[in-house]
Amino acid sequence: MSGRAPRLLTALSVIVLAGATYAGEIPLAERRSGYDFMSRETRAMQDDDTANPGMLGVLEGGALWARKAGAAGRACADCHGDGRASMKGVAARYPAFDAALKRPVNLEQRINVCRADRQQAPPLAYESRELLALTAFVARQSRGLPIDVAVDARTQPFLDNGRAAFYRRQGQLNLACSQCHDDHWGRKLAGNTIPQAHPTGYPVYRLEWQSLGSLERRLRNCLVGIRAEPYEYGAPELVELELFLMWRARGMAIETAGVRP
Amino acid sequence: MANALVNVPARARRGEIIEIKTLISHPMETGYRRTQLGARVPRDIIRLFVCTYNGTEVFRAELHPAIAANPFFVFSTVATESGSLAFQWTGDNGFSATETAPITVE
Amino acid sequence: MDDHETSRRTFLQAAAAGLGLGAVITVAPAQATPKEMEDAVRKVVGQASVSKGRVKLELPPLSENGNTVPLTVSVESPMTPADHVRAIHVFTELNPQPDVVSFRFGPRAGHARVSTRIRLANTQTVTAIGELSDGSFWSASAAVVVTLAACLEDA
Repeated sequence: MSGRAPRLLTALSVIVLAGATYAGEIPLAERRSGYDFMSRETRAMQDDDTANPGMLGVLEGGALWARKAGAAGRACADCHGDGRASMKGVAARYPAFDAALKRPVNLEQRINVCRADRQQAPPLAYESRELLALTAFVARQSRGLPIDVAVDARTQPFLDNGRAAFYRRQGQLNLACSQCHDDHWGRKLAGNTIPQAHPTGYPVYRLEWQSLGSLERRLRNCLVGIRAEPYEYGAPELVELELFLMWRARGMAIETAGVRP
Repeated sequence: MANALVNVPARARRGEIIEIKTLISHPMETGYRRTQLGARVPRDIIRLFVCTYNGTEVFRAELHPAIAANPFFVFSTVATESGSLAFQWTGDNGFSATETAPITVE
Repeated sequence: MDDHETSRRTFLQAAAAGLGLGAVITVAPAQATPKEMEDAVRKVVGQASVSKGRVKLELPPLSENGNTVPLTVSVESPMTPADHVRAIHVFTELNPQPDVVSFRFGPRAGHARVSTRIRLANTQTVTAIGELSDGSFWSASAAVVVTLAACLEDA
């Protein structure tokens, strides 16, 4: 061949190859927590337990842990003892497969399952102050521990669904999560730095919310951002995506209570 | 039932300047936000924070809506004697919260 | 106008109003003016003049979220009964109202230095006024660029 054809072919193959290196997972060694993308001041807010507003939720969760609830008149402490010891490592393993429900559940759902089964208490509403406080208290006990969700025959299909959702274009803006969080992390979106989207600090004190909030709240926020219909809290689609995100962040340390802008 | 985190050193030398940190749970609703139907969300803030040391006021802050949610203050006082530091927050809708922290001064 | 046009206009107006009803919470309400800030400062300072200096105002030049901006303000002073800082007042120019906070000290403070977190509605200049026991007033200012979250939450 001569003339423009070979140059055009070269150009096209370069574009295709460049696309191929961009699409796909972030290499494990290059994964960084959202913490690393924050300003020095916001990081300082997270680092100091006496200044971290999320710790107010953890404190409240500790009080709720000891409080008797439901028709059974039982407190979390009555079965689980001192949460600071017994809950170590728990949040790092969630979402986890629930044999009775035959699907993975996130930590919030697990707490509500306990409330129903063991305390005979009504479930705490998603994003309620109490549920956030209890979740924050439990998750705080995994701080520093590596994320380690179980991937086996039971969870694999749900993980695959979550992965498919992460790479699927959706919403009026027709964007996939991966386009921002795999391909363009570190770059700016309207003045904010795009993080890699690892759920290391949840429940997180988000400055935008001025309160603690769950991973599902953040995911719904993103879905609204790309003008997609946000799933209801507790929807299987959200839990599958949480499972995938935690798997994607495997080995990274839990930071609860994280502070994020 | 307010939630507060107060950080005061347990012991200090007489005359030493100690740093105190206080963090209290409160939405500090500005009064400028509107609901999706256009109605104003009424103001609900903490207006006053006072620290007393064995009954004597040593620090005071008069807050306006521009103080961020979950008000946080770091300030200092001279460790004069053993006893306790008391912290009082008051605000709109009859909000009132107190915390105390002991201190040993040698 | 014939009936067809009127009803179409009414429909469009109603549709627009309907969209308005479902719209996001109003983001930018009232704004104070530099004049209002000046008045707020006057209320504190009275007829005295304010000199630049002695007050140190620490704010990040760029804030990731205007809801929570860390601020530290201090005045060098021996903090003795004869010579101390009585108060530090903080003001903004473009928040809906100019007053942010007033801190009151005495000699027992040790240092006239406070840290807190404030809200800034947009990129603007923050001013701190220090009031000394000798009745003098000093000021310092700092500019902060405020960014908003890229995607706002609807509900």
